[in-house]
Amino acid sequence: MKDKVLEVKNLSVGFLSHGRKVNVIRNVSLDVYRGETLAIVGESGSGKTVFTKTFLGMLDANGYISSGEILFNGENLAPKTKHREWKGIRGKKIATIFQDPMTSLNPLLTIGYQIAEVLKLHHGLTMKEAKEEAVTLLEKVKIPDPRARLDDYPFQYSGGMRQRVVIAIALACRPEILICDEPTTALDVTVQSQILELIKELQKEYKWTTIFITHDLGVVANVADRIAVMYGGQVVEYGTAEDIFYRPQHPYTWALLSSLPQLGTKNEPLTYIKGNPPSFVDEIIGDAFAIRNDYAMRIDHVQDPPMFKVSETHYAKTWLLDPRAPKVEKPIIIQNLRERMKKAAEELKRELGDNYE
Amino acid sequence: MNKLDHQLNTLEKEVKTKKPGLLSHVPKPREGGYDPVVEFKNVQIGYKRGNVERVIVRDLNLDIIRGEIFGLVGESGSGKTTVGRALIRVVPISKGEVLYNGVRISGKISRALSRELKQKMQMIFQDPSASLNDRANVDYIVSEGLRAFHMYKNEEDRLETVEEMMRRVGLRPEHLKRYPHEFSGGQRQRIGIARSMIIRPEFIVADEPISALDVSIRAQVLNLIKEFQKELNMTVLFIAHDLSVVKYISDRIGVIYNGNIVELTSAERLFEMPLHPYTKSLLSAVPIPDPRVESKKKIVVYHPQMHQYTSDDMPALYEIEPGHFVRANQKELKEYKEVIKKAQGGKA
Repeated sequence: MKDKVLEVKNLSVGFLSHGRKVNVIRNVSLDVYRGETLAIVGESGSGKTVFTKTFLGMLDANGYISSGEILFNGENLAPKTKHREWKGIRGKKIATIFQDPMTSLNPLLTIGYQIAEVLKLHHGLTMKEAKEEAVTLLEKVKIPDPRARLDDYPFQYSGGMRQRVVIAIALACRPEILICDEPTTALDVTVQSQILELIKELQKEYKWTTIFITHDLGVVANVADRIAVMYGGQVVEYGTAEDIFYRPQHPYTWALLSSLPQLGTKNEPLTYIKGNPPSFVDEIIGDAFAIRNDYAMRIDHVQDPPMFKVSETHYAKTWLLDPRAPKVEKPIIIQNLRERMKKAAEELKRELGDNYE
Repeated sequence: MNKLDHQLNTLEKEVKTKKPGLLSHVPKPREGGYDPVVEFKNVQIGYKRGNVERVIVRDLNLDIIRGEIFGLVGESGSGKTTVGRALIRVVPISKGEVLYNGVRISGKISRALSRELKQKMQMIFQDPSASLNDRANVDYIVSEGLRAFHMYKNEEDRLETVEEMMRRVGLRPEHLKRYPHEFSGGQRQRIGIARSMIIRPEFIVADEPISALDVSIRAQVLNLIKEFQKELNMTVLFIAHDLSVVKYISDRIGVIYNGNIVELTSAERLFEMPLHPYTKSLLSAVPIPDPRVESKKKIVVYHPQMHQYTSDDMPALYEIEPGHFVRANQKELKEYKEVIKKAQGGKA
């Protein structure tokens, strides 16, 4: 478990916008262990997608890594800028699945061709061999009657099926790391649960490492071994799934958890996070979450908190963990989160009967 | 004396010239205070391609009761959006009729009725970036309804109403001069809500209003819809694909699959006693934010073939207990009744 496949050290990413430098990732360090599923959770604009794009060298043209290292199996990816340097890593060793399955497939080419193309390029197969292999891949992602559907175009597939095809393409190269960037946001709940199941199953078989990006903490409980919560271009808390769900420390994690509609009770307004995520245009002083934080102290507006260690696996970046900080009561909804969850679980047990072991 | 006469005269005139609304609600005595706003009667909706009609919604019978939030849940392609669109007359229906306050609003209707309907019924759309006019500022967008229905005395009055509405949805009056692209997704959705609410409609069709939003913002928008519903005593048709959201907000829930309502009951009852296998599969798909629970959960996948309906025993929507409808054939109906009996026996 302690074998690190990816090691990010003090990474900062900036963008040039109208002649100004905007820092979008601010000094992030994070390790990814081989074979685990790491979930990165945060609102839109928290920098989670930009963060993972640096692992693929896919930053937009005006983006650049201003400092830090990304060690992939000991090799530093940060200084790589040319397409030639990324060949052999991007798509082959680190693959990605995007949010919208319609825009990540070429609408003018058949599904079979798009899968075969990857196999031809990375494994040097002929077109015929590649098409054969494509059939087995489509079988793997559970597309019924794959041979017949090989010559179909993306528009003839439903959203869930399309996402399965994208997964098949990612599978083709047997990547070491699979980055799933909100793979289920555009999908229905029923389809979402099936796709999550599929990713989990395939991960067991192919033994890759998954980095799972989402804004929905509810989805993550199902898939993640470890969770990193991002806010304002920083990782504010990370730990095992149990750490984050049962012992959250950062006020932002509290807020994210308590805004889940699954935990809402009727006739009681849902809690939500006030205000908007910070815009990166102005320099952020102190804790980025301070202005939206009910628990902010004076120091939060002045100085950025360091990472505090909660346990061996659990770290959080909030002044509340400083020994000098006053003891605060967690919001009531978090205090009885366990109870609410238990209630939800019992309801589920009753609803599902035989399907809950 | 003269003055009073005059006043009375004008008042009388006003009453005479001001026609009572075509859709104004006249409470009709019905059994048990049952008072539906919208009634779908044997409605069939389809899209025509040449001479072939592809039926999307079959034989829909549905009442939406005054003052409730009715949740309509189903996956993509189930026809849930089509039902909402048929109600606001964007999609024509091919069979049956739709009633609003007892007045038929489907098919050919008079211009006056159509106009009145537009004021009574408003929509909140899924995608807040596509549903707002990019070239109009927020002031224009929000007050469009006021202008259309002449709901203000003078410019000052209009501005005041609009500003008040902006504050209500958590935006600032100075935002009025801005354009939609300057707002975040959640703010845009709140502008969309302000636009619909400003003419004080009786009925709202909310078509997946939170699907395109971040989880942290969803709660905010849900709260807002609920607040307005209470304040204006509105009736809401809330369309969604996620049962967890609908559970929180709605009074009754209808589950729709492939154009058929498969189960319909109160929100509590649906979660207590789901009968139809499709409802169960939807319930199992709701992600629970608890890793230990999630690891034990099995996902139920619904296959319509599992019913094995034969031509002599076809399914229909039955009321299995008061207010609880389920689509089943005779054989299944018996099974479902057993399930309910068992549960009640267990309680006693």
